[in-house]
Amino acid sequence: MTDMTRSPETEAGARALAAPTRDLTALTVALRLLNFGPLLILALLVVAVGLSTPNFLKAGNIGNILAQTAVIAIVAMGQQLVILTRGIDLSVGANLALATVAGGLVFRGVDSAPLVILAMAAAGIAVGAVNGLVYVFGRLPHPFIITLATLSICRGMALEFSINNTTMRGMPAAITWLGESSPLGLPNSFFVVAAVAAILLVLTRYMVWGRWIYAVGGNPKAAVEMGIPVRWVLVSVYVIAGLCAGIGAVVLSGRTAASSPLYGNLLELDTIAAVIIGGASFLGGRGHLGNALVGALMIGVIRNALNLLNVGIFYQMIAIGLIIVVAVESDVLRNHLEARARANQARGQ
Amino acid sequence: MTAAPVPVLSVCDVHKRFGAVHALRGVSLDAWRGEVLALLGDNGAGKSTLVRCISGVHAVDEGEIRLDGTKVTFTSPSLARRAGIETVYQDLALFDNLTPAQNFYCGRELSFPSWLPRGLRFLSARAMDRETASVIDRLRVKLPRFDAPVALMSGGQRQAIAVARATVFARKIVILDEPTAALGLRESRKVLDLIRQLRDEGNAVILITHNMEHVVELADRAVVLRQGRKVGELKPDRSNQHELVSMIVGAEG
Repeated sequence: MTDMTRSPETEAGARALAAPTRDLTALTVALRLLNFGPLLILALLVVAVGLSTPNFLKAGNIGNILAQTAVIAIVAMGQQLVILTRGIDLSVGANLALATVAGGLVFRGVDSAPLVILAMAAAGIAVGAVNGLVYVFGRLPHPFIITLATLSICRGMALEFSINNTTMRGMPAAITWLGESSPLGLPNSFFVVAAVAAILLVLTRYMVWGRWIYAVGGNPKAAVEMGIPVRWVLVSVYVIAGLCAGIGAVVLSGRTAASSPLYGNLLELDTIAAVIIGGASFLGGRGHLGNALVGALMIGVIRNALNLLNVGIFYQMIAIGLIIVVAVESDVLRNHLEARARANQARGQ
Repeated sequence: MTAAPVPVLSVCDVHKRFGAVHALRGVSLDAWRGEVLALLGDNGAGKSTLVRCISGVHAVDEGEIRLDGTKVTFTSPSLARRAGIETVYQDLALFDNLTPAQNFYCGRELSFPSWLPRGLRFLSARAMDRETASVIDRLRVKLPRFDAPVALMSGGQRQAIAVARATVFARKIVILDEPTAALGLRESRKVLDLIRQLRDEGNAVILITHNMEHVVELADRAVVLRQGRKVGELKPDRSNQHELVSMIVGAEG
């Protein structure tokens, strides 16, 4: 703290600052703890489950968790950007299903991994673009309704266009390779997650566009006043979320060597849950990719652990619901502590 | 005052209506470089509406606004900003989730390489931090932490950040809407110093305030609005302070 306090002019001023500063430090520690809370909970979870079932920490099982989490993690990162702008994308699961069907249909015509991947990515981007454009230029008050509409449209299209309205077997070898494990024991899909994370990290932390995403989420009105192209920033996050759904489609088709209109059912809820239990704020502007990744892992670990412990699948849903409540309440607590910190600042002046 | 022959800002017979409400009824005023113009009036007198017309939030219904003698029509605040008019509103337009440096440069980030479209460039984060730190130091604004989001800062600190941001980017006109209303004595002093500095750097400063002490201390001219009309304009000093107050409340006779 000391190096951050900028040159108190007088000793009296320094003394006056001292008391609130100490209080502020306690608050700062509490706020830091809250920010690292999800990571701590994940670590505790891993230790606790590791102690109760020895199988959990075996390399094979860790690889399983990572492989099972890959799709949620990729799509949740896209959801994270949408939530940063105070939005929500309910269509990602259905979008993913439609993308796998598009890829599956291409595969029936030609066994080409690049073309199949292209089809899946293009389908994802197209749906994302519809979401963003209708939301922004259709002047909708909130993206909830349009993404609910595209959820329905995409699922319907996926079912209608898939052969016999059901799962289609087969994927090019280069895509099924994603379902295999690398020599290190890590699933190949893990590297897709890492690559998506790296690219989005560069976008959100180091590029002007990423700064604008945060600005739009933090204060949309001020963002307009500052000349930020708010509408295009909003469209872009839905396009990115759609692309992430398309990439998720590639990974899931790879793991199952199939495409299906039934894939991604309730994935929208898993990804929203991941972002929130990972510690991002639902109010927008607050959060980072780490939230989506930690949240996705938490969901993966809980599901895996409860499986290993022979706890029924319904309890998994209950457990994840409870964690969502805890996460949302800690966001409320964080806002409360920040208000306290502000009040302390005002007294210290 | 080194009065240029043409005022930097000239508001000519401006009218603004909101439905049945006639908020501005033919207001004219000039602002000159290197001068602080106080804009006074009771609540609802039309000060904020006038400011919003100048800064591009509202379009005027009648009359015109001239910048350096040429008529301008701003369709958005960012166009006015680009033309050199910085406005610090009471709500400050800060981004709570960003740090002071990120707030300073939001929407006009320093970035590279310049051949890419603006949004696709990379942030020159260090240069922005350095510049902001030096401005904050020069203006002797005290912040608890430089790397924390402004959500954690007090009203005074936030005000100082907003005014400091305007000092960095203003090229012609700075409009300050009640910049000291929420501040304690010491913080108010600092903001007044900032205003002097803005003026000395050759800006026209338009100051909305209810604090007569500040008007007498700082303003070169005061324009008084009442019920959407200009009811007086004078050079404020200790002797005519009462006259000014009665103009504002409409009790001069």
